Amino acid sequence: MGKLAAYLLNWVDERFPLTANWKAHLSEYYAPKNFNFWYYFGSLAMLILVMQIVTGIFLTMHYKPDAAQAFASVEYIMRDVAWGSTIRYMHSTGASMFFIVIYLHMFRGLLYGSYRKPRELLWLVGVVIYLCLMAEAFFGYLLPWGQMSYWGAQVIVNLFSAIPLIGPDLSVWIRGDYVVSDATLNRFFAFHVIAVPLVLLGLVGAHLLALHEVGSNNPDGVEIKKKKDPKTGIPLDGIPFHPYYIVKDMFGVIVFLMVFSAIVFFAPEMGGYFLEHNNFLPADPLKTPPHIAPVWYFTPFYSILRAVPPLFGSQFPGVAAMGLSVMIFFLLPWLDRGAVKSIRYRGGIYKTALTLFVVSFLVLGYLGTAPTNVWGQFGGWLGHAERATVIARIFTIIYFGFFILMPWYTKIDKTKPEPERVTS
Amino acid sequence: MRKLLLALLCLPLVALANSGEMQLDHANIDAHDAISIQRGARTFVNYCLNCHSAASMRYNRLMDLGLTEKQIKDNLILTSAKVGDTMISSIGKKDAKAFFGVEPPDLSVIARAKGVDYLYTYMRAFYRDETRPTGWNNLAFPNAGMPHALSQLQGTQVLKTEVTEHDGHKEEHRKLELAVPGSLSPMEYDKVTRDLVNYLAFMAEPEATKRTQIGVVVLLFLTVLLALTWMLKQAYWKDVH
Repeated sequence: MGKLAAYLLNWVDERFPLTANWKAHLSEYYAPKNFNFWYYFGSLAMLILVMQIVTGIFLTMHYKPDAAQAFASVEYIMRDVAWGSTIRYMHSTGASMFFIVIYLHMFRGLLYGSYRKPRELLWLVGVVIYLCLMAEAFFGYLLPWGQMSYWGAQVIVNLFSAIPLIGPDLSVWIRGDYVVSDATLNRFFAFHVIAVPLVLLGLVGAHLLALHEVGSNNPDGVEIKKKKDPKTGIPLDGIPFHPYYIVKDMFGVIVFLMVFSAIVFFAPEMGGYFLEHNNFLPADPLKTPPHIAPVWYFTPFYSILRAVPPLFGSQFPGVAAMGLSVMIFFLLPWLDRGAVKSIRYRGGIYKTALTLFVVSFLVLGYLGTAPTNVWGQFGGWLGHAERATVIARIFTIIYFGFFILMPWYTKIDKTKPEPERVTS
Repeated sequence: MRKLLLALLCLPLVALANSGEMQLDHANIDAHDAISIQRGARTFVNYCLNCHSAASMRYNRLMDLGLTEKQIKDNLILTSAKVGDTMISSIGKKDAKAFFGVEPPDLSVIARAKGVDYLYTYMRAFYRDETRPTGWNNLAFPNAGMPHALSQLQGTQVLKTEVTEHDGHKEEHRKLELAVPGSLSPMEYDKVTRDLVNYLAFMAEPEATKRTQIGVVVLLFLTVLLALTWMLKQAYWKDVH
């Protein structure tokens, strides 16, 4: 039996680099031995991607991308399809969990300077993946054809009409109609189930290839490739991904699945944050809901959109600021001029800046889910301005300040010396 | 920093608690009380289904409540529908629109859209208002297009407005008073609406109780896997220093 297996493997290897790839990406890919909690989220993101694709395939078997039938077909899945409700809840919970995991994955990059040289391209591909994920989530959210699906899409597509000159034509071109309609639903379905997932898969492949070319960063932000065993050429602080990180990530996967299942089986609506209450009303083009909010994962950017005041009656500044707030992540590798990568050896200035950034992201995120009058108004001394709007403006400035001032504050920050080798 | 983050996570809850909307009464329903849901189903097919459909709900779903097919056919199907059909109202869409000005919404998932407390409050907040085309208005949903379908049971409520003065501030208190009693006492009527709302919640997600049962098994299974994967990881990582 052993001989036959060896013969078959050899037969394949002469025709396809199976063993070579196994070694390059798993058994002889050396990862730093000091990964901590924050290093689970890359593999978890891949797990969710696969889960979304598989549950998505099963959903398309019964879903009808037709304005007259879409809403009812989702309820059909929830009731009449065997295991349909579980599959649907896995998909809807998966969407939100994807963003939670990706946000934590990106935050890891900020903590340990994972976007710094030589990992700039790795970071850039990652940001493109994030953009694709936003597109994927946006297209997918229209499909249940509930009130929030409909009006959320209406609001977001209308943003494009704020672009000077080409705006109005552009938004009609995107919708395929003058309002969000059956034509819009059909094309969003096409984008959601085939176009964007294809791009996503390709980009994830590129992300992994780039990672395995330069090697993983680690919580100390030191390059393990600098200290190699002179005989074997293996990094002294590296351990093979397989089996070490395979078994460690398996543990992480189970912890994640426990959280995930707790949501899917006990709180699939997550109090209206994962599945919005208004989305259980069928889309009605004649009835605008009093309060339209995007799903929570877009709300920090939506807050920025609302916070920026219009200029000459045009909403374009807000739309531009919102676009910029996402695109600015691309510049991160060139904005950071700190002497060290990891937060462990950074000074107080960077730590404060990162804390302020996280706080502003969370506050903007919360404010985006609520109407702008949620915290009432200031007194006459501030012209009765809405508290939430003023606070959103302050945090918008902090949000952009984190990036724009970065070249300056990372330069003057008092850093500690990096260790030669990784610590625990 | 951790404390700060925790405080921020709690912030939305505080903010939500402060937003002042109409005070809703607590429906206090019990998804495990099959008898209550059965009674609610009877009220639903007798009163609601005349105008509202529940186009995603099949009659034979009621077998989940312990009813037999025959019981459903004999007691709960008042139209020519078959037991595997969905609950479609007998009123035509055009007629309904002509009668009420709006098409009565489908109620299949109304409990998930509006919340059970809202429905419980709404069904008990109708009052006589001759300025409305139907002669009815509603405190929970002002100028609702729907007349009071259960008025025979509840009776007729009227709106009383009291104005009190607090340190120069005028405060308006609006409350409903039962002017003409119906066939049920107020307490009995509350019970009927509670059963009805319990049914609406069941209909909105018939598999909800099954879902949580599956969830318990899934989490137990994962707990075992958690221990195993932890031990596996520890065993492999023994030689990493």
